[in-house]
Amino acid sequence: MGIVKALEGDTGGQVMLAVLLVVTLVVPVLNLAVPETSLWHVSTYTVTLLGKYLTYALLAVAVDLVWGYLGILSLGHGAFFALGGYAMGMYLMRQIGDRGVYGDPILPDFMVFLNWKELPWFWNGFDMFWFAALMAILVPGVLAYVFGYLAFRSRVTGVYLSIITQALTYALMLAFFRNEMGFGGNNGLTDFKELLGFDLQSDGTRAGLFMASAAALALGYLACRVIVTSRLGRVAVAIRDAESRTRFIGYRVERVKVAIFAFSAMLAGVAGALYVPQVGIINPGEFSPLNSIELVIWVAVGGRATLYGAVVGALMVNYGKSTFTAMFPEAWLFALGALFVLVTLLLPRGIAGWLPARRAG
Amino acid sequence: MGGQVERWQYLNPGKTLAETLDISHTTLLYVEGVTVSFDGFRALNDLSFYVDVGELRCVIGPNGAGKTTMMDVITGKTRPDAGYVFFGQRINLLELDEPRIAQAGIGRKFQKPTVFEQHQVYENLELAMAGDKRVWPTLMARLSGAQRDRIDEVLGIIGLREQARRPAGALSHGQKQWLEIGMLLMQDPLLLLVDEPVAGMTHQEMDRTAELLLSLAGKHSVVVVEHDMDFVRSIAKRVTVLHQGSVLAEGSMDEVQHDPRVVEVYLGE
Repeated sequence: MGIVKALEGDTGGQVMLAVLLVVTLVVPVLNLAVPETSLWHVSTYTVTLLGKYLTYALLAVAVDLVWGYLGILSLGHGAFFALGGYAMGMYLMRQIGDRGVYGDPILPDFMVFLNWKELPWFWNGFDMFWFAALMAILVPGVLAYVFGYLAFRSRVTGVYLSIITQALTYALMLAFFRNEMGFGGNNGLTDFKELLGFDLQSDGTRAGLFMASAAALALGYLACRVIVTSRLGRVAVAIRDAESRTRFIGYRVERVKVAIFAFSAMLAGVAGALYVPQVGIINPGEFSPLNSIELVIWVAVGGRATLYGAVVGALMVNYGKSTFTAMFPEAWLFALGALFVLVTLLLPRGIAGWLPARRAG
Repeated sequence: MGGQVERWQYLNPGKTLAETLDISHTTLLYVEGVTVSFDGFRALNDLSFYVDVGELRCVIGPNGAGKTTMMDVITGKTRPDAGYVFFGQRINLLELDEPRIAQAGIGRKFQKPTVFEQHQVYENLELAMAGDKRVWPTLMARLSGAQRDRIDEVLGIIGLREQARRPAGALSHGQKQWLEIGMLLMQDPLLLLVDEPVAGMTHQEMDRTAELLLSLAGKHSVVVVEHDMDFVRSIAKRVTVLHQGSVLAEGSMDEVQHDPRVVEVYLGE
């Protein structure tokens, strides 16, 4: 089996997936079946928080695939995450139907407020879940493909590429802030009611979303492992370490980069689509360049080019963030910066490099 | 991108570049009247140069004579301002980019050894192996028995069987040079371009490299650019001397060494 082979020698990944499996099975039970008075009860708030972390972990895996293995430091992956989130948000908006404040059966509230008479063309189809799910994957994928095609064909690499990925996410943020774009302006999309007929406020739906996030993380992780353990994965590392040499042995470096970059963007889109129903809102702030930088730090903290390190980094930094911001809300960015500096100086290979576990090849 | 070969593809449908190659005139590489200027400096000046099938050719010349630029032109890294470069009678190399030139059958070893340090020696050879190098086939690729045998054979030729599972970064300088020659061999090239293969090598390593290159000639055409005269003398049958971007002299080592123009250029150094 390809999947078994993909995990060969990946002790960290095996441990991570085993823990993930146990947590996925146990947490919903502790939430739904154990009475609230019990010490063992897990609150719905915690379930949703964990679900959110898991979508971040998937996003971090997507970044590690392009940064760790292909050497492309993308500082714009938050954009692909946000686009996936918007696709899901549009579906959830259409599900509200006539239960909005203005009671319009077709138009979302913000369009009624802006005095729009009909739905913009690009909102068509988003009343169907399969269409929205497809768009959550395709839109980030196509954008990454076009962006990557232009950037890699012109042989833009290194810091210059990082800068234009920042520009990409910044430009999208400015665009989505505009009311005329038809995505709810700076308020974004919110006030969601149900997903596939399930009430988003109910404990059962929250547990289901949590499990779906865990499943997406596991599948995304395995897909990335299949790629990095294939010959294509070895070509990717070859490109990272000696790009022109790879070209001279006959590989079309640009195409390899575009393919992996677009795949990574699709994973980020899936993560975003799972994130939105759990947090209940998507707004242009998700495109903020700062978000994209932050998620690169998760990967750096966890350890580049290990994949499971990205998961560990995303979970730890976000847990830290939740705790820290509750105590000193203003100081978080300083703490994050300090963490990045310390990890770079003291643990250049991140937590994964410091763990005693055998390093993945 | 759409080269001569592709444009006339309908005349011989389904043929790959390697199949299009026509070497019926026993000349494998034609470089004719090539000129390359960098900011007014003529790195190559109306250079003409031919390599026969199976030949081992050494190219020497003082620094700045245009040896590396010539290799850059042949492998598609630098585009000339004027001139023609043909591989066989039919493949116009000036219309192909680097990966396609590599696929057509020209392998290049760089002056500074560049192997994939993070990968094992074995994996380095696997990556270099001739085959379908598009994205999807590469993702799905599995080594066949014949391919394993081929890798094993090349490991034998370059004498790195023992090191097959070591990371390439852990090899000595000489071993890296051999691994790089092995990577060229994996591409089944018709023409090997080898830039300064013995720079920084010990005498023993030099002797082994000489043996290796001599054993490759015949099956492949080999062009060696080298500074080390003793080494050139030990392997060369025909020598081409470059000076200021064009050919100054060509012939056997003895002829070339006694050519007064060559003596003048080298004494001036």
